Amino acid sequence: MLSIKNLHAKIEDNQILNGLNLEVRPGEVHAIMGPNGSGKSTLASVLAGREEFEVTDGTVDYLGKNLLELDPEERAREGIFLAFQYPVEIPGVSTINFMKTAVNQVREARGQEPLDAVSFLGVMKEKMKLVEIDQSLLNRSLNEGFSGGEKKRNEIFQMAMLEPKLAILDETDSGLDIDALRIVANGVNKLRNKNNSIIVVTHYQRLLEYIVPDFVHVLYKGKIVKSGTKELALELEAKGYDWIKDEVALA
Amino acid sequence: MNTVVETTPILSDILGSLKPEPGLKTDAFNSLEKMGLPSNKSEEYKFTPITRALEKNFNFANSNPQSELNTIDKFAIADVDAHTLVFVNGIFSETLSRYNQTDLQIKPITGLEPGFGTLADYKTDALVAWNTAAWSSGFSIEVNPNTTVNKPVVFHYIHDTTKAEVKSFIRNIIRVGKSSNLTIIEKQDTVGEQPGFSNIVTEGFVEENAALSLFSLQADNGKRFHFGQTAIMQAHSSRVNSFTLTLDGKLIRNNLQLILDGEGIESHMNGLYILHGDTIADNHTVVDHRKPNSNSNELYKGVMEDNSKGIFNGKIYVRPDAQKTNAFQSNRNILLSDGATVNTKPQLEIWADDVKCSHGCTTGQLDEEALFYLQTRGIRKETARAMMLYAFAGEVLNTIAIEPLKNYVDALISERLHKNF
Repeated sequence: MLSIKNLHAKIEDNQILNGLNLEVRPGEVHAIMGPNGSGKSTLASVLAGREEFEVTDGTVDYLGKNLLELDPEERAREGIFLAFQYPVEIPGVSTINFMKTAVNQVREARGQEPLDAVSFLGVMKEKMKLVEIDQSLLNRSLNEGFSGGEKKRNEIFQMAMLEPKLAILDETDSGLDIDALRIVANGVNKLRNKNNSIIVVTHYQRLLEYIVPDFVHVLYKGKIVKSGTKELALELEAKGYDWIKDEVALA
Repeated sequence: MNTVVETTPILSDILGSLKPEPGLKTDAFNSLEKMGLPSNKSEEYKFTPITRALEKNFNFANSNPQSELNTIDKFAIADVDAHTLVFVNGIFSETLSRYNQTDLQIKPITGLEPGFGTLADYKTDALVAWNTAAWSSGFSIEVNPNTTVNKPVVFHYIHDTTKAEVKSFIRNIIRVGKSSNLTIIEKQDTVGEQPGFSNIVTEGFVEENAALSLFSLQADNGKRFHFGQTAIMQAHSSRVNSFTLTLDGKLIRNNLQLILDGEGIESHMNGLYILHGDTIADNHTVVDHRKPNSNSNELYKGVMEDNSKGIFNGKIYVRPDAQKTNAFQSNRNILLSDGATVNTKPQLEIWADDVKCSHGCTTGQLDEEALFYLQTRGIRKETARAMMLYAFAGEVLNTIAIEPLKNYVDALISERLHKNF
């Protein structure tokens, strides 16, 4: 599904990704872990198409397409979804209207008929249950005045509505208490199936207790320096990141 | 005050074109002659080169062309049932107008109405002086006490510049009697390619417990140069709501002045300017709190694209007697291009000590992070941009309480913003 080879990226004059390689196949959940500043969020941003980041080398193949050539909205239409670490507040744009516009523009790009108001509400109600989100929240301006937990649930709600093939969850656990974390993780798990893939970017192992990954990768200085299974996450939790840094320094 | 008179080439043409009758018109003529037109050194017109624009585009020695306009259907405000008063090239057109006098009195202005010339100051503003010396038509609108006026009054200020340039000078006076209400909508439009200049002064008196709503729709895609002064005196417990929309025109200057001369008054001033091309739109507002216990709230928002220029100047005076005043002002601007500019200046002068006043002005670009967020959900960049601008404008749009008028304005804004969602 996703094949990243030798990816180099920078923002302004800071080189952040330094030859990153990653293969994600359908149905897999990959966790990207790493210390602060290792490039985790940059990877998520580059995959979603954030303009400030410049890819200086390497390739990203997504379902046979050169992902790096696509605009952010084209990537979304092709099935990529980024759950933001800091979802943006947009005053005056109601979540429902925004979602209806998004769903219908994505449907249009996929050659499907737009959903009318009734069918849209039907789909929406069904997806709302997944993340236990209340309609009163969705009537409000997008993320405006939402608590941290509400914002993250709204992200997963949007993910459910857009039915992505590849979802990238950028630090979705940050700022969540244990109940909110469980709700968000349950939502993600219900959306998991053998055809779609998820990349979970996280600093801590905590989220991975709920969203159990098939693979865990450690990102350090813009490269994946170690890969393993979910046990690697436990090891990182127990020992911290310093031993990884030492290993890299020795190598 | 700067007393240096700058003689501009057009001033003598203008003065030569006027034949003021004795009385106020002559006083105003003398005042104009003494003051001259505002130069770029004039504080009140620093960012709005109106004199230069008039020099470049008009010959004031010429008189207006005749118009053969026989319909204004395309300028009508859909679904708003109203008394309509139509002016073409500054002359009232009885045949294009539709009105009756069931619940209000609509009479041609004479200049002898009580209060005439007392609010719009021809001694300090040359353009007001010019209007006061030059007006050729306009109306006195009067509502008796305890009267509910169901239909708004719409003033259509139309220029037919098909044959030649047009200059129009219109003067109105409004009086809303005790515990009555009135809605006025002003709209400017042009047919033809030549430039047109309008100078329109309206004075209004809103008596005790009365309500006046004022709407000004400036979406004239002709070569419109406009000066407008609207000055309203509010008595005890009265309410005024104003809404000024500017979407087009060459150079638009709106002076809006509310005098809160009583207690328990509510005043709301709302403005929205979404500019493109080389439009210059200048809103100068004054809220003058003279008595205690009144509230004023002002919200002006602007979006500037291409090489357009927005100007906002908001004066709030709180006089020594006006204790317990609440006065709020906000001006927010978005610049969409490198060539677009805005000059914003809040000016609060407060002599009373027990008051709540605040003001804020911001100027920025569209939030790139928000645009990106919307795009990552599959929304086209142009749609994302339109959504955000429409939301920005929505805060002002939503202050319009008359549903069909709101829909009409909504359609104008949506078209401008290429709203397609």
